[in-house]
Amino acid sequence: MIRFDNICKRYPGTQDVLSQVSFHLDKGEMAFLTGHSGAGKSTLLKLIALIERPSRGQLLINGQNLTKVSRRRIPYVRRQMGIIFQDHRLLMDRTVFDNVALPLIISGFSRGDIERRVRASLDMVGLLNKEKQFPITLSGGEQQRVGIARAIVHKPSLLLADEPTGNLDPALSWEIMGLFEQFNQVGVSVLIASHDLDMIARLPYRVLKLKQGQLVGDGYPRRREPT
Amino acid sequence: MRRHSTQRQNHGEPRPQGASRGATRSGIRGYFTLHLSMAIQSLGRLSRSPFATLMTAAVIGIALAMPTGLHVMMDNLQKSGGDWRQSTQISLFLRAGINEDRALKLAQRLEQKADIQSVYYISPEQALAEFQSHSGFGEVLENLQTNPLPAVLVVNPRLHGSEAEALIERLKAYPEVDIAQLDMQWLQRLFAIMEIVERGVLLLALLLGIAVLLIVGNTIRLAIENRRDEIIITKLIGATNAFIRRPFLYSGIWYGLLGGLIALLLVNSAIYLLQDPVAHLTGLYGGGFQLQLLSSDISLMLLGSGVLLGLSGSWLAVGRHLRHIEPR
Repeated sequence: MIRFDNICKRYPGTQDVLSQVSFHLDKGEMAFLTGHSGAGKSTLLKLIALIERPSRGQLLINGQNLTKVSRRRIPYVRRQMGIIFQDHRLLMDRTVFDNVALPLIISGFSRGDIERRVRASLDMVGLLNKEKQFPITLSGGEQQRVGIARAIVHKPSLLLADEPTGNLDPALSWEIMGLFEQFNQVGVSVLIASHDLDMIARLPYRVLKLKQGQLVGDGYPRRREPT
Repeated sequence: MRRHSTQRQNHGEPRPQGASRGATRSGIRGYFTLHLSMAIQSLGRLSRSPFATLMTAAVIGIALAMPTGLHVMMDNLQKSGGDWRQSTQISLFLRAGINEDRALKLAQRLEQKADIQSVYYISPEQALAEFQSHSGFGEVLENLQTNPLPAVLVVNPRLHGSEAEALIERLKAYPEVDIAQLDMQWLQRLFAIMEIVERGVLLLALLLGIAVLLIVGNTIRLAIENRRDEIIITKLIGATNAFIRRPFLYSGIWYGLLGGLIALLLVNSAIYLLQDPVAHLTGLYGGGFQLQLLSSDISLMLLGSGVLLGLSGSWLAVGRHLRHIEPR
């Protein structure tokens, strides 16, 4: 699904933000990406989302070589993934329904399809009864779930999340994590950047650890507790 | 059909590049529905800040109304000028020593010609009296010993424009005639002036057109700045530049159309207000001339140019500013 091959990323006038990063995330696999802030987690996700381009190395998503994707084709590559942000990035002047419908509108789905899929997606995150509300009236956890509904509404094959539980209390975090596990169980590949080491250690998923731009750890938590 | 194709995009199944465009769009009808809903959405967005929208549209309207109004004025003048051209007269100044008798006989002969409608005679005494009362030289003329003015035959021809020149040549050939003069010089001068003014109007229209372009461009630029976050989010979700561009282009079109409508309203109400005084004035000159409201051709052209200017203005702004807004 995702293949990093000796990826380096350097901004002009600085040291490498990522250097020689190589890993492979299988189709249908779920993994965490950890490391201190500044270790390169966000940059790595940005490379996958084509927000940044690698300075060197090969990056393949779904068999497509991202280093060769032209500017014009970027939107079509992004439509294959769902991205979840720490700050939700919802459109505050539109209803929950309209926010979740956005990826479908962009892709030109028909009105009937949009309604059906948005409702299914909101149902999955448990917000079906709030579709007419504006995001500002929702709690932080609810806003994050709207963001998740938006990320999965077009049935992407890859889900990227950047600190999805960063601002949430533990109970809500577990709830959100449960959602990711659900999607993973139906075959979606999931990559979550998080520094919630406590939670990660209690989950049976692969952990990629970044330190100063280098991949220093790739494995499973030693302690596997059932959740 | 389509429902199947979208449902079949299963998780984890790589879609070939380019398929996303064709597979999810339900053909031409879907495309038009998308555009229609975009157009309505951007109109709705404009109507949410009616005052600002109207201000911008009014500026565009005034800018469009000025050249349009001037053009209508010139057009009306030219039409009425056509009426005047028909009332062209030829003055035949008779040689000195031709008495009233001979002059009247000549008048009778001329009146029988096919291309002459009527002829009337002005004696030197009549001419002098008229000149004294109209020219302001009354007192000077009273001191003259003899009347310097010749007898005149005023010919109303039954023709227009260039044919008059040929008629003048024939009239000059009569032995009684000293000078034959077409009373049209002032009209020709007027038309020359009008041509210059028309050029001026064209230049003004060009300048104001550019002004409209800049106004729309700047308004759209501000709208883009205001929605920077939204643009970034939609780009992250996979919106193409065309998708993001569209609502702004539609706003430009709406601004132009609204501006055109305001210009139409302004020009027509100005004409309506001027109609009576102008009718009164031309009545004084013996003409039955009326200012006409904008024709449907001109109205459509006005609205069309409004739309075109709005669209180009927003296109300029969008092309310049949208490219720089990328997710970071």
